[in-house]
Amino acid sequence: MSWRASSGLRSWLAQRLTALYIVVFLAVFAFVWGGQTITFDTWRAWVAHPAANIALLLFIFSMLLHAWIGGRDVVIDYVKSASARYVLLIVFALGLGIMGLWSLRILLLAGME
Amino acid sequence: MSATDNRPVFLNLLRIRQPVTAVVSIFHRISGVVMILLLPGLVYLLNLSLSNQAGFSQVATLLTSPTLKILAVLFCWALTHHVLAGIRFMLLDFDVGIERDTARKAAWLVQVGALVVTAVLASLIFGVLPLGAQS
Repeated sequence: MSWRASSGLRSWLAQRLTALYIVVFLAVFAFVWGGQTITFDTWRAWVAHPAANIALLLFIFSMLLHAWIGGRDVVIDYVKSASARYVLLIVFALGLGIMGLWSLRILLLAGME
Repeated sequence: MSATDNRPVFLNLLRIRQPVTAVVSIFHRISGVVMILLLPGLVYLLNLSLSNQAGFSQVATLLTSPTLKILAVLFCWALTHHVLAGIRFMLLDFDVGIERDTARKAAWLVQVGALVVTAVLASLIFGVLPLGAQS
């Protein structure tokens, strides 16, 4: 199958792999923090730990990719006008991109403590 | 033009009585869109909570406001429904629960399960059950 022909399959697979990672991360997160009293120091120290920092970054990027694939499908299904569709998708992609860069900055800053 | 082309088309989704499986499907989309819309707020809170002690306290205070609590409950429902329905869809990918009766029972399980889990989380958020968060 060519790269182009497999784009739907790739989206399908990416949607499921990101979903699995998101759920596993949330389960671990709930296990680590559930019932704990969170303070700034413990929260910041946890995010500064390389393993948590990378896991959190992967979690955020999984969510952004998952949101892109799902949101794109929703827009394509319900927005019939091609121009409105393009505008919406561009705004959506830019929004997710900004959130990605912003999250990267947050986690890099927190990780450099 | 064949005779079948003259059949009436009736696809007003709002007027067709949807089976529960279809309702789960559309709720999966709605909950996904809800979470996408709440995502910028979450990144904002993450940034604030990690910036400094004052920012962290500000998040703790913000989370005590009724508006944020209602949004948090909405997010809990969206997340729970999305995950439960997602698990069901993934099982369907592997032909698990593909029979109509099972698929419908599982769909009801998703609908009810999401509400039950949200009710528990809502009682935590609104302080009916104790939850530890300290500024």
